[in-house]
Amino acid sequence: MSLFDHSIKELEEKLHNKEITVQDLVDTSYNRIKEVDDQIQAFLTLNEENAQVQAKELDTDADKSKRLFGIPNGMKDNIMTKNLRTTAGSQMLKNFDEPLFNATVVEKLNEEKAVIIGKLNMDEFAMGSSNEKSSFQTTRNPWNTDYVPGGSSGGPAAAVASGQIKFALGSDTGGSIRQPAAFCGVVGMKPTYGLVSRFGLVAFASSMDQIGPITNTVEDNARVLEVIAGSDKMDMTTVNKDVPAYTEKLADGIKGLKIAVPKEYLGEGVAPEVKNAVMDALKVYESLGATWEEVSLPHSKYAVAAYYLLSSAEGSTALARYDGVRYGERSKNADNMIDMYKLSRSEGFGEEVKRRIMLGSITLSAGYHDTHFQKAQKVRTLIKRDFEDIFENYDVIIGPTTPTPAFKLGEKTENPLTMYMNDVLTIPVNLAGVPGISLPCGFSEEGLPLGLQIIGKHFDESTVYRAAHAYEQATDHHTKRPELGGEKE
Amino acid sequence: MAEITKEQVERTADLIRLTISEEETELLTSQLNEFMKYADQLNELDTENVKPTTHGNDVKDVMRKDEPTKWITQEEALKNAPDQDSGQVRVPSILE
Repeated sequence: MSLFDHSIKELEEKLHNKEITVQDLVDTSYNRIKEVDDQIQAFLTLNEENAQVQAKELDTDADKSKRLFGIPNGMKDNIMTKNLRTTAGSQMLKNFDEPLFNATVVEKLNEEKAVIIGKLNMDEFAMGSSNEKSSFQTTRNPWNTDYVPGGSSGGPAAAVASGQIKFALGSDTGGSIRQPAAFCGVVGMKPTYGLVSRFGLVAFASSMDQIGPITNTVEDNARVLEVIAGSDKMDMTTVNKDVPAYTEKLADGIKGLKIAVPKEYLGEGVAPEVKNAVMDALKVYESLGATWEEVSLPHSKYAVAAYYLLSSAEGSTALARYDGVRYGERSKNADNMIDMYKLSRSEGFGEEVKRRIMLGSITLSAGYHDTHFQKAQKVRTLIKRDFEDIFENYDVIIGPTTPTPAFKLGEKTENPLTMYMNDVLTIPVNLAGVPGISLPCGFSEEGLPLGLQIIGKHFDESTVYRAAHAYEQATDHHTKRPELGGEKE
Repeated sequence: MAEITKEQVERTADLIRLTISEEETELLTSQLNEFMKYADQLNELDTENVKPTTHGNDVKDVMRKDEPTKWITQEEALKNAPDQDSGQVRVPSILE
């Protein structure tokens, strides 16, 4: 058994009672990384020297009362860490070794004395759904290394699933936390847009990007979100509201909870085994005193088209900053300014990123702006209204996180559109800005994890967590761990 | 909607400062057209009287006082620069 089989709360208590030390926790992480990360390939950069120094300091600290005190964690590599390499998975930033500031979420974790173990792999600039678009390495699914871990937060999900860290932070623009969480059998939360500061997050599509936790259990997840949420004067889109104590309400039960199940989420393209797992989950909900009814999200089938137009348009402007002038890679093959821009960007960006910023730039150009960009923004309104209509009568929406379990490496790299369709159930949530969580709800015939998605009202993470926790505690999926080479301590 | 032409792809690449090979141009042209064809489905929806949504929430026009604060030093700003000279970022010549 690993120390990381204990919950964050249990580890905090053990530290308090001096049963374990922060050094023990940090050693658990780095030993496990040495043991399994050759196979998994989740980490891009380790923070070992600093983490060791921090462990020694924290173990002499008399005050161990901070939330997440000494808990080992990892950051997706698009979350800025001061003086610790931050690449966003791109060759453009491969030598960006000395970021000048911490993301707000990192500052918040530092205040609570959590220990950052390292930086985690991702699809380049978060544009991808399998981790195969990282320009450094392809992270593997810990349940079967022939399969993808999902993306873009594939490194964070795989690292938590394989017991290398206790929690990770990822980012989710169209499903990038929830989809890899589903594929790797862990819990991933995409909070309401505006709940968590995006300051220091490498921008992809700023109207949808949101940072959130990836953990083994719902309780761990709620605990991390309590720490990282809250308004920030450095991010004008954060909302000035008190952050509820999510963990205190977890065990309140779900008697009378009204669940909506969109028929589009169990329809065409959704694998039978995925559908069955969701139907089984709904039975569990019934047994816990909740009720469910079938509803419709009539515009959800338009979400993928609208999302790729909007996110690519926003991405094309967000990535205009990489010009080889102030930071990032500069081509050595240019002798004038224009060529320097062109060669630096052409050498620094990968194929998927180029495709998306081309799509985005065309979408924003004269002749397409009204017919495509603005059209997609209007469709976004219709999708948002679908959710508002349902939430007038129901507390949460439940369905699968993904249409299928994890797919094989190389299976969907040929045709971009096939890859994009994989996000069809997560994308509507980002367009609407509402919170969504994925948690384990069983396994496929091939032994790959399946994810249950619970979607809530704007800023109603409390109900989402409560519903997720009730199901989790009534089942044992979250206690399963992948078999990897090597003995656990 | 008219198809995206190779020339359009080349022109756009030039505007966004990307150099793309002949082969990449061909591939991008076909992939962008395939996506735009897929996106044509949005035209099934009547959005005549629908307002566009630009953000994930309704927060707007957040104001703060415009006060100067210490952020980073000149030295720090140059730390990650690919090339520098006399406290400034150096770039290749702009004029011919």
